Amino acid sequence: MPFHYELRFVGAGGQGNMLAGTIIAEAAIFYENKYATQVPTYTSQVRGGPTKADVIIDDQPIEFAESTHIDFLLALDQRAFELYKGDLKVNALVLIDSHLVQVSPEDQQRRDVYAYPIVRTAKYEIGKLVTANILAVGLTVELTAVLDKENVRKAIRACVPAAFLDLNMRAYDLGLQAARELRSRKRQLMAADRLACPSMVPPSDVLTALAPSTCGQPLTA
Amino acid sequence: MSVDYSKYLRNEKLPLSWCPGCGTGIVLKALLIAIDELGWKKDDIVMVSGIGCAARGAGYVDFHTFHTLHGRAVPAATAIKMCHPHLHVIVFSGDGDMMAIGGNHFIHGCRRNVDVTLIVVDNWIYGMTGGQYSPLTPTGSKASTMPRGNIDPTFDVVELARGAGATFVARGSVAEPVLLKTYIKKGLAHAGTSVIDALSNCHVQFGHRNKLNDPVKLVHHIKDSTVRRSAMAKMKPEELAGKLATGIFVEDTSKKEYTRAYRELVKMAQNPG
Amino acid sequence: MPEVRIASGNELVAEAALAAGCRFYAGYPITPSSEIPERLSKRLPELGGVFMQFEDEIASVIAAIGASYAGYKAMTASSGPGISLKQEGIGLACMMELPLVIVNVMRGGPSTGLPTRVSQADYMQARWGTHGDHLIITVAPATLLECYTETVRAFNLAEKYRAPVFILSDATLSHLHGRVELPAAASFEIIERRQPSVAPEDYYPYDVDRFGPIPPLPNRDNFPRYRFHMTGLNKDKGGFPTENPTVVNADERRMVAKIMDDRKAIDSCEYYRLDDAQVAVVAYGSNATAARVAVNDARQRGIKAGLFRPITVWPFPEAQVRELAGRVPKILVTEMNLGQMVYEVERAARGQAEIITVLQAAGTPIRPAQILQQIQVAAGKVVGDSIRREVLV
Repeated sequence: MPFHYELRFVGAGGQGNMLAGTIIAEAAIFYENKYATQVPTYTSQVRGGPTKADVIIDDQPIEFAESTHIDFLLALDQRAFELYKGDLKVNALVLIDSHLVQVSPEDQQRRDVYAYPIVRTAKYEIGKLVTANILAVGLTVELTAVLDKENVRKAIRACVPAAFLDLNMRAYDLGLQAARELRSRKRQLMAADRLACPSMVPPSDVLTALAPSTCGQPLTA
Repeated sequence: MSVDYSKYLRNEKLPLSWCPGCGTGIVLKALLIAIDELGWKKDDIVMVSGIGCAARGAGYVDFHTFHTLHGRAVPAATAIKMCHPHLHVIVFSGDGDMMAIGGNHFIHGCRRNVDVTLIVVDNWIYGMTGGQYSPLTPTGSKASTMPRGNIDPTFDVVELARGAGATFVARGSVAEPVLLKTYIKKGLAHAGTSVIDALSNCHVQFGHRNKLNDPVKLVHHIKDSTVRRSAMAKMKPEELAGKLATGIFVEDTSKKEYTRAYRELVKMAQNPG
Repeated sequence: MPEVRIASGNELVAEAALAAGCRFYAGYPITPSSEIPERLSKRLPELGGVFMQFEDEIASVIAAIGASYAGYKAMTASSGPGISLKQEGIGLACMMELPLVIVNVMRGGPSTGLPTRVSQADYMQARWGTHGDHLIITVAPATLLECYTETVRAFNLAEKYRAPVFILSDATLSHLHGRVELPAAASFEIIERRQPSVAPEDYYPYDVDRFGPIPPLPNRDNFPRYRFHMTGLNKDKGGFPTENPTVVNADERRMVAKIMDDRKAIDSCEYYRLDDAQVAVVAYGSNATAARVAVNDARQRGIKAGLFRPITVWPFPEAQVRELAGRVPKILVTEMNLGQMVYEVERAARGQAEIITVLQAAGTPIRPAQILQQIQVAAGKVVGDSIRREVLV
């Protein structure tokens, strides 16, 4: 079975989405001997404009590097999410920042959505806002399971400044851990057939199961 | 000036295309004598020019010669000097070429301080295209595109070069060719960007519209319009009004010459840590 | 052994330039080409070469031309607005017959347009951008590997034909990061400009009677010994201005003929699944990757589609397109612009094939599905509403 996986990282300029995409692509190429591409799209606005990094991983050379059938989407910004949520496969994995992005009930229904306060956790739990992208990489790697965790760790080590290595490793581990908890929580919810989501999650609670936008609404049509 | 400068000329290209009595030839002669006095070899000299009457000078001299586009002599000269730092690179072009269309390159050339000598043949007019006003056409003078008299203020080449960071700046004129040669010679010998504002006569295009249509008359007018810097201290303000100072205005060896700075950069890149 | 790297299109252009022997770069910052000077600003000093950022685009191209005159292999890179500014200088390189590589990382336009978005709307500009009769060889890489190999080829063509050569990249290709297996340096040819064998006093830079249509030009080592004149005016064999109608006419014709007469060595086209094709897609640059996917998808659907991809886009491969039009009933031209190469295709096809287009000037890449739909229309198998059936938005 040929392997082909498409990831899209969207956010606002300055959040580090491009680097997150680069790390995933480099881990695939250098440490798993796969083919991968990363195509960034951004605006002239250096900070704050919508950004998109498309990553494709394949065991064959990649012909067309723009993602058109997306398996996984990470969104750290509402405007970028709305702009770039097209091209998602049915039941695609969607990871959103629970404080920055809201997902409509329709999207919620058609996608496998996970929400986590990525930026807030990076800022307050890890203590450095710029680690948000590495935290997101951790979440991505655990949720998608397309790459070996340790290979991605090597790619992170090669990409981040040495002075911030420990901090970024903490962020990465926290991301992996958080994703495991998100998934087990979701399984529990599904097992219990409880489709309503919890009420607003306080910022200190780093484990958010579902997006705030769906609060109090049934997820069935 | 009993130097045989014909050895520096491509004699088969003569006669010169310049009008009889044109000052550009005097500036070129001053340059060639300065080169002769410095003992430079022809193989070691590159002359770069833009477009215009003066810029045609590059075609007549037996050096490496590069006749570029209108206004673009300075970046070409900069590149050639960067490629061959041991060669002497001279820009020989007019006031319209270097101060108007090439003005941006001129100031940035001065800023970098590459060891290039910029000779501005400053005849206050666009000669070749038919006497249109340049940024050096004196306010009030007539030009083919200022038939009622020029309302534009002028650049002061010396102050512009100084402000932009040139490390040798002088002004001379065809009315005092030996002094002009001295300034050019010092500029050529200077390690850094040197600018020589060489006031010259265009009696055909500038002169005939301004009652100065005879080379002698116009050269006298240039002489009367200028005053030596050394004499200025003793003159009253009303005597100085409307006059251009001649002499050497900037002679600064403290600023690093650019090809030297680049050599140091290369060394740093090749021996990191 | 090829070297596996992860790199962007821009970085590969820069590295390939160095591998080809480029030792002078002059440029001005502009999106989306800036990674080229960024890389070269680090690398050129390491190799003893010259990197300079100039005050503007015009100075940059003139400086590169000055360096080429001084014997260096030189390059400048820019994007739409910057290329417009460089055009007069590009004409100077044509007239002086100086080797020069110009990279245009195409973005949306006209004017400032879409600085960070993709386009192919400078296709005609590369050919006709500067004034006067002239011909500029232009190559258009489509993949990361070609960003490298076509840049090396661009330098070789520039040196061989003593002429400026355009590389038409685009915003997508320039910023695409991915795996690329670079050929070993020893595996490709590097062409150096032909050197004069005559004494300096017998050398004339345009002495075609003695040297043939592409006279030698001193390299950086020989430059100081060979004194000669060059001008942007129409010139004689010595490089001096002339208005002699016979000399001018012959020189103008030779400058174009030196390229047109050696088409076999310059042309480069890819034929993909065209042997039995009923629909031939014609595409170049990064857009050709979408076209290739569409062709494969069409084949899976039983449509005999193929791809014709000019890699040397100028001079236009008209003989090849004419031959294609003689055997393929439908030609589908796709470009990220409002239709430029299609004029050339129509001219070359001479009415032999029906010509249809997939054109887009949106700042976003054309998708394989868009091309596939038109292939289906051309093949008479319209399945219009099924094209994005896998994708639910």
